[in-house]
Amino acid sequence: MSMPFYVSPEQLMKDRADFARKGIARGRSVVALQYADGVLFVSENPSQALHKVSEIYDRIAFAAVGRYNEFENLRIAGVRLADMRGYAYDRRDVTGRGLANAYAQTLGTIFSSGGEKPYEVEIFVAEIGDAPADDQLYRLTYDGQVADEHGFAVMGGAADVVAAHLTEHYVEGASLEDAVRCAVRALGHSETDDRVIPARDLEVAVLDRTRTQPRKFMRLREARLAEILADRGPEQADAAAPEDALAGAGPRQSATDDPADPTDQVSGGTPPLEDPVTGEPPVAPPVAPPVVPPVAPPSQPGERTPTDPAAPGEPRPPAPQPPTQPGQPPAPGLPSPPSEPGEA
Amino acid sequence: MSESRLPTSFMTPGTSSFTDFLGAQAPDLLPSRRAVPPGDAGDLAPHGTTIVAATFDGGVVMAGDRRATMGNIIAQRDIEKVFPADEYSVVGIAGTAGLAVEMVRLFQTELEHYEKIEGTTLSMDGKANRLAALIRANLGLAMQGLAVVPLFAGYDLAAGGGRIFSYDVTGGRYEETAFHSVGSGSLFARGSLKKLYREDLDAEGAVTAVIQALYDAADDDSATGGPDLTRRIFPVVHVITADGGRRMPDDEVSAIADRMIASRMRRPDGPAAELV
Repeated sequence: MSMPFYVSPEQLMKDRADFARKGIARGRSVVALQYADGVLFVSENPSQALHKVSEIYDRIAFAAVGRYNEFENLRIAGVRLADMRGYAYDRRDVTGRGLANAYAQTLGTIFSSGGEKPYEVEIFVAEIGDAPADDQLYRLTYDGQVADEHGFAVMGGAADVVAAHLTEHYVEGASLEDAVRCAVRALGHSETDDRVIPARDLEVAVLDRTRTQPRKFMRLREARLAEILADRGPEQADAAAPEDALAGAGPRQSATDDPADPTDQVSGGTPPLEDPVTGEPPVAPPVAPPVVPPVAPPSQPGERTPTDPAAPGEPRPPAPQPPTQPGQPPAPGLPSPPSEPGEA
Repeated sequence: MSESRLPTSFMTPGTSSFTDFLGAQAPDLLPSRRAVPPGDAGDLAPHGTTIVAATFDGGVVMAGDRRATMGNIIAQRDIEKVFPADEYSVVGIAGTAGLAVEMVRLFQTELEHYEKIEGTTLSMDGKANRLAALIRANLGLAMQGLAVVPLFAGYDLAAGGGRIFSYDVTGGRYEETAFHSVGSGSLFARGSLKKLYREDLDAEGAVTAVIQALYDAADDDSATGGPDLTRRIFPVVHVITADGGRRMPDDEVSAIADRMIASRMRRPDGPAAELV
């Protein structure tokens, strides 16, 4: 028996953090920005159905990047928590700070527990007050850390490039129109060029304290956005991002076995996973009988060794035979598969 | 708020209904899950009285008087019994005031919760059916004298017009045409509206008609409060159109009520209808 590998706690946490960061970096960025009347969220999101920005409660909104099913889960849990709290106590007793705490505890517990895959998400929780000074913006990372942001914040794939652009151009106390234009320009900015994001690909929502209804969350529809973003030059849609390229694309005609693509038509190119119980690395493909040493008998030169992954579509190599008995010469020039009954 | 991890049940996909979620997570918060000892409890708590609603071209109005009674006592003279359920609907309550207000809060949360989880609002019939389910769950209490009978009205964005739904204590749901009324003074209010309602009323005309109807109800029903001129307490009126619902400001309601009272000074029984 081999000893299980020792993995230091530092390495374990680093691996989990790398895994989560990689997943988050695949998505497009979300910008949250404080303006005169509240907090603005802007994201490039071609999907009309899968929202990245949503309402949680009267004055609280939620935005996320990363894996949709995971942050949707968190969003629904937040809505349930807020509605239950508001029903049991009062609407004013639902606070963004409390919600951010609950999210932080949840994400932190999942990140550090060995049994669960870390969530590949980052979250904004924003709450507006009666004056701009009372507005709050929390940023939560995959490991449950909470940062209290001021002015603006960015998360997602190109967060640093977008944030650098915003650092230069952000103006405190801007009007809604100026804030939208500033955020959209920042999202279209990259190291190489500046892109005009089509208005229909933008998901924009605000928490607006000037709304007369108690629920301050509002989405800006495409018509309103086109009005605000008029005269920007020719629009240029983004290339398909990994987050929306795979879903619904159907199987790809690819000759390679890509572990990141569950729809490809080729298999066998990826080594099998290590044994989940013993942690042993794989020594042979699962088709080979476990007692056989991974070396072909010398009597069959030119045969594949069983450790070679079989090319798809090709017949599998015959299972290696036990060493031949003395006095019983092997059939010349022929491999010796067990003959089927009825064959001459 | 809780300082610890969100419970697993919160993260479980499933229902979009707040009531169902509450029933699984905190059933003690649901009004229908409480055991009440046998006996008639009808005189224990204040009762709300008359609610009136009428449609007009482009919307619907609902108004409620301001009185709550407990036996022969006036329990409260400025109670509010008409509440917005969501942006496009209102619910007015008659019956046991405490239970009714709790049911309205649950109904409001139910509609908002569905909207946030699903990203779309319930249809008008869907809302009316959810309210019916809440009333049905209250049947046991209703049989002990703690009945809640709401009136539900709203602007149906799909159909493009105002709609009114009435209920019975068993959760029966009935759509009404043109106008309806519930509560102890409802017979008088409905009789009054029969003579006053016309299909070509505008929003202000419909508000005037329902305020007249409430006056007639207060005239003949001791549990319905009329306009309180000394304290300036007037009915709560909500108007809902395609632009959403709003509560009519007190000064607009009092202006209409003052005009109505001035004409009733000359003819106390209100406007006379044609004989033929």
